[in-house]
Amino acid sequence: MASAIAVLTAGGIYLALRGRTFQVVLGLTLISYAVNLFLFVSGRLTINRPPIWSKTISDYADPLPQALVLTAIVITFGMTAFAVVLSLRSFLETGSDQVDGDEVACATDSDATPS
Amino acid sequence: MSLSDQLIIAPVVIPALAAPLALLVMRRRRWLGVGISLMSCLGLLVTALLLLNRAGDGAIRSYAVGGWPAPFGIVLVLDRLSAMMLVLAAVLGMIALVHAVLTRADRAGWHFHPLFQFQLMGLNGAFLTGDLFNLFVFFEVLLIASYGLMLHGQGRARLKAGVQYVIVNIVGSSLFLVALGLLYALTGTLNMADMGLRVAALGPDDQGLLRIAALLLVSVFALKAALVPLHLWLPRTYAVTTPAVAALFAVMTKVGVYAMIRVVPQIFGDGAGAAAWVPAPWLLPAAMATAVMGFAGVFTARNLSEQAAFAVIGSTGTLMIAVAGWQVESLAAALYYLVHSTLTGMALFLVADIVARRRAGQADQASPGPAFAQRAGIGLLFLLAAIAATGLPPLSGFLGKLLVLQSVAGTPGWQWAWAVILGTTLFGVIGFARSGSAVFWKTSPAVDNAVPPPSRTDDMVGAIAALLLLAALFLCAGPMTAFTRAAAEQLLDPAATAAAVLGGR
Repeated sequence: MASAIAVLTAGGIYLALRGRTFQVVLGLTLISYAVNLFLFVSGRLTINRPPIWSKTISDYADPLPQALVLTAIVITFGMTAFAVVLSLRSFLETGSDQVDGDEVACATDSDATPS
Repeated sequence: MSLSDQLIIAPVVIPALAAPLALLVMRRRRWLGVGISLMSCLGLLVTALLLLNRAGDGAIRSYAVGGWPAPFGIVLVLDRLSAMMLVLAAVLGMIALVHAVLTRADRAGWHFHPLFQFQLMGLNGAFLTGDLFNLFVFFEVLLIASYGLMLHGQGRARLKAGVQYVIVNIVGSSLFLVALGLLYALTGTLNMADMGLRVAALGPDDQGLLRIAALLLVSVFALKAALVPLHLWLPRTYAVTTPAVAALFAVMTKVGVYAMIRVVPQIFGDGAGAAAWVPAPWLLPAAMATAVMGFAGVFTARNLSEQAAFAVIGSTGTLMIAVAGWQVESLAAALYYLVHSTLTGMALFLVADIVARRRAGQADQASPGPAFAQRAGIGLLFLLAAIAATGLPPLSGFLGKLLVLQSVAGTPGWQWAWAVILGTTLFGVIGFARSGSAVFWKTSPAVDNAVPPPSRTDDMVGAIAALLLLAALFLCAGPMTAFTRAAAEQLLDPAATAAAVLGGR
């Protein structure tokens, strides 16, 4: 489990540091998978245990990390979708899929003026 | 639980209701949507003032969401600091919204008002929550809304800066989750007060992990607060976004600072073993670097909104120099300076907007242009905002800096802190004087395509309101410093918070 997280994180960081938005978005997705796995195992790995407490059971899985992972998945899913749409818009509008576009053109861009 | 106790959750509920309502009615009746948005802001302001009044007695109130008792359910905690931040966010929201409506900046896209309300909801939630994971969720709420607001009006520059802003924040959120996972694995709780107690009871084997978790968490907050070296996302983002939105964003960096001064004494305070005050040695150098970078940016900025963005960074640096002391005096000074610097950042962005709206070709570039309408009046506003930002009398920046200087005197490395604060003040004065004289004093011959100046002058209302508040902050410095002092004492007494939140446990 630990090595799975490590591989995902390493790949994610490598991709996230690339210059093009598509690779960066993929990298962010990998990192978020790694984070989700990490959160999940933060409640310790247990097998065949119910997550709900009852009087007849003495051993049960920790339900909280599962809830946390669920929340984290939903949030990162939304974020990833947003990042994809945003980078697509940015590509269509600026004609460049580099994360840092042309510095000089940006600074003198009159688009920054509110109309 | 009586009705008045339910007031604590109102700052989250009001915008949460207003946002979808505004979204629904915006399509058919624009003015109704705007009205809902304004009413919600007004409601927030009233609620925040009521809560401030209530928190003034020094008791710490907790509100168990859904009636679940403290360590198991999510709690909202109201103490002096969170009440103060609520009022600040409500005031800022009100002024930014009025400015956006008056300048019609809210008409540049469809969903300005719903996003604005969600942003306020995220801010208020982050200020109130007593649960670490809940803090993450509210951070995400305010971030998602801020992505939308930041891109409001679109345009190339905004999209380009927006991609970077979103990516940086997604990485930050991932790190936040890693820190949360570590802390949960170590302590088995997410409630801040409960975690503070359990961290103290950890065995020696876990101290290394605890240190890692603490530093990760603090670096995420530093990213939000735009501390050097994690500040690179801020100047471009704030400079290109709609100025009314940038004015509201002035409080967003302060959320990072708030989270730090909330979490560190509560969880990583004196009892935390190896992790006790673990960010302290890093914070002071980072804060000083931030102040220097920020005011150097003020010196070199090419236009007024970029200058305002760098002034926000610089003031965060000055603020963190005070926070890094972790003493009652320095925290009290920091809280006073926090209120001041947020309002100042807002005033600077609004003045930059006023200038940009009157100079067609050049917008708010710090270069001479043709004379424009109401130049003397706007020049005066800029002068006052610059005075506030650099910390000269007679506005509250002077007192704020004085308090900060006084409180750090005698702490280790205070000579450096003094040198940095005073030196950056000089830099700031020169930078603002330079851009101000270029914009307001020099004139270049009129160009052919000069547009007629706007006939309305009501876009100055927001900036004037912010400056009046700064003056009020200066005049009410006595009660205000007493309040921030009490808030700082409350912050540095985690045991009392734990007792109030967890009941008799």
